[in-house]
Amino acid sequence: MSFLELKDLRIHFPTDDGLVKSVDGLSFALERGKTLGIVGESGSGKSVTSLGILGLHKGGRAKISGEIWLDGEELVSATPEHVRTLRGKKMAMIFQDPLSAMHPYYTVGQQIVEAYRIHHPVGKAVARKHAIDLLGRVGIPQPDRRVDSYPHEFSGGMRQRAMIAMALSCDPELLIADEPTTALDVTVQAQILDLMRDLQQEFDSALIIITHDLGVVAELADDILVMYGGRCIEYGSASDIFERPEHPYTWGLLGSMPRLDRERTDRLMPIKGTPPSLINVPSGCAFHPRCAYEPRTDGKATTKVPDLLETEGGHLVRCHLSKDERRGIWENEIKPTLESA
Amino acid sequence: MSQSTESLLSVQGLEKHFPITKGLFQRQVGAVKAVDGLTFDVVKGETLGLVGESGCGKTTTGRLITRLIEPTAGKIVFEGKDISHMSQGDLRPLRRDMQMIFQDPYSSLNPRHTVGAIVGAPFRIQGVKTEQGTKKAVQEILELVGLNPEHYNRYPHEFSGGQRQRIGIARTLALKPKLIIADEPVSALDVSIQAQVVNLLEDLQNELDLTYVVIAHDLSVVRHISDRVAVMYLGKIVEIADSAMLYKAPLHPYTNALLSAVPVPDVKRRTQRDRIRLQGDVPSPINPPPACRFHTRCWKAQEVCRTVEPPLAELLPGHQVACHFPENTPQDAGPAEPVAAAGDAGDQGIAPGVINPVS
Ligand SMILES: Nc1ncnc2c1ncn2[C@@H]1O[C@H](COP(=O)(O)OP(=O)(O)OP(=O)(O)O)[C@@H](O)[C@H]1O
Ligand SMILES: Nc1ncnc2c1ncn2[C@@H]1O[C@H](COP(=O)(O)OP(=O)(O)OP(=O)(O)O)[C@@H](O)[C@H]1O
Ligand code: SF4
Ligand code: SF4
Ligand SMILES: [Mg+2]
Ligand SMILES: [Mg+2]
Repeated sequence: MSFLELKDLRIHFPTDDGLVKSVDGLSFALERGKTLGIVGESGSGKSVTSLGILGLHKGGRAKISGEIWLDGEELVSATPEHVRTLRGKKMAMIFQDPLSAMHPYYTVGQQIVEAYRIHHPVGKAVARKHAIDLLGRVGIPQPDRRVDSYPHEFSGGMRQRAMIAMALSCDPELLIADEPTTALDVTVQAQILDLMRDLQQEFDSALIIITHDLGVVAELADDILVMYGGRCIEYGSASDIFERPEHPYTWGLLGSMPRLDRERTDRLMPIKGTPPSLINVPSGCAFHPRCAYEPRTDGKATTKVPDLLETEGGHLVRCHLSKDERRGIWENEIKPTLESA
Repeated sequence: MSQSTESLLSVQGLEKHFPITKGLFQRQVGAVKAVDGLTFDVVKGETLGLVGESGCGKTTTGRLITRLIEPTAGKIVFEGKDISHMSQGDLRPLRRDMQMIFQDPYSSLNPRHTVGAIVGAPFRIQGVKTEQGTKKAVQEILELVGLNPEHYNRYPHEFSGGQRQRIGIARTLALKPKLIIADEPVSALDVSIQAQVVNLLEDLQNELDLTYVVIAHDLSVVRHISDRVAVMYLGKIVEIADSAMLYKAPLHPYTNALLSAVPVPDVKRRTQRDRIRLQGDVPSPINPPPACRFHTRCWKAQEVCRTVEPPLAELLPGHQVACHFPENTPQDAGPAEPVAAAGDAGDQGIAPGVINPVS
């Protein structure tokens, strides 16, 4: 069994408007030392998935089913108290907005010390030394002085570094970063991505990076999971997803993005329509109202949910088109337009 | 694309310093030099992109040009008229010709007004009478931006983010403006929707002969929609050029660093790319570094950079840069490749430069 394994995870929220199926049958596996990128548009269920793995939906109104195996232990059926003991030590999270994850009235150092001492019975001085070490490791200048600063005294990039230091304080084996650079400027984003890459290699942890930026996952991820409407619609190695994607939604994402590494294209190719509501997910293939290839599936796309099937070597696709049709469309219709000058 | 070379808008030495006050008597103790001496022209029919990191003064520039705020110094000339210190009353007729699209499609629309009322507001405010009545005119605009004219009586919350941005665009188009300042028009939108709005802006430009100033921090989006691009750093323009030239062979080290920091969705490139890694963050605009403001982060900085401010000078035709030791030039001592090297387009976009040792 892999270090982390999700099996048919479902996280549904009953609301006044109806049942929100935020995560609806998600399965994947991740080993230590590997990075998984989860991409998808707003509301596709990325954050709910990550909070679910950390057990943060437990005890709320969410209905959770399926299995989450972390290092041989199943977490969906575990008690909230037990999962709490794993947070910090075994798994930790880096959020998009460090300010909301840090306490404004405590210094950065106090917060790291606190996090460390929950799991390590050491004195304050030892923990403080550890905090200074960590701040230095994540590239905060003069860590012995900055350890006594408050979060608001840090710039956005420094806060994000401090939060990474906090998340790393107990050497977690699984690190989940939810949009860790979305709020940052591009030059600072590049620094943080470098840092995460280096630290992951050093700690040999499993890393999940959640983002809507395909460029960011291309920088970091070994494997990529594309989510749409609470489900995985394509999964594969980074090369599978960027060089031979087979799902029409993935094609749409690639066509929507202007790219600096290519000649400028005349026109972007947006996906028509808008992302689905998770209360009334479209019948059959959730992408069908927006899909240009729906007519080629003989009406099946509107009635039957396609299965997530392997196309080759661990590359999974959820689409009714046949493998040959998909490859033909990618090679002849999509790829040439993405590369046109 | 720009055909004529007639300036629609001309900005000279533009400054905006926001006072910082302290204490009971609001004594001024300093100033945020948000915009600190900008000079540029916007030619009729073109799209000028304005890029730079957070806080460099992009939005302030947009608000100055549209005279939502008054400049501390400098001149803004629109269609030959100096509007730098024009009174709001005198500005009113000009407001028809100059419109701003805001970043946030959620907060920039009044939730209690119908789409019809929002898009029709400019007609009422300006007292414009249309031949077949405001409703008809508004419905035509809704159709133009790809919204259903039947939605006239709906409220903003009934629309998605992309649709709301279309409503915002429809409102700015109501009075057939000549110049549109779009401040981060797509950054709050999902990628698939971003592309819809970018295409819409391009179509409208062609159809209605619009001139755009597009403010954005996403360098890929800016390259896609701009004819020319100005790069800002701490309240100043450090480089301005034709978009294709700027992205192929940037002359300013900061531009080069910005471009090389953009993550590109190409897994093969991940290991190959030479990167310029800037250290630290952008300094505060309250006490900007003297002389060249970029010297605290620039790997090429010399003594002269700390003492003499480099002027924005035209180094190549139509390509201005403010730097003592520009990149991608014969004088450039760095290991840069020749500018005109043929081959893979992508590689030209990112000159090798020098890699900063990262701590
Ligand atoms: N506590 C909750 N109660 C009800 N619905 C919820 C709850 N949390 C999330 N949702 C819904 O679940 C869906 C998925 O949300 P999620 O936050 O996972 O999206 P996301 O993919 O992270 O999007 P973004 O890119 O905007 O962060 C959304 O429709 C959201 O409104
Ligand atoms: N009304 C104001 N009073 C004082 N300072 C201001 C005011 N408006 C802007 N500033 C400051 O001026 C500088 C430039 O701000 P501006 O909003 O123009 O930046 P920007 O380039 O648009 O940044 P972003 O990409 O974050 O939108 C910032 O330091 C900002 O804090
Ligand atoms: S199943 Fe049909 S509608 Fe869904 S992605 Fe495939 S082709 Fe498109
Ligand atoms: S003037 Fe000097 S410090 Fe400024 S950008 Fe040029 S080389 Fe760097
Ligand atoms: Mg999220
Ligand atoms: Mg702004």
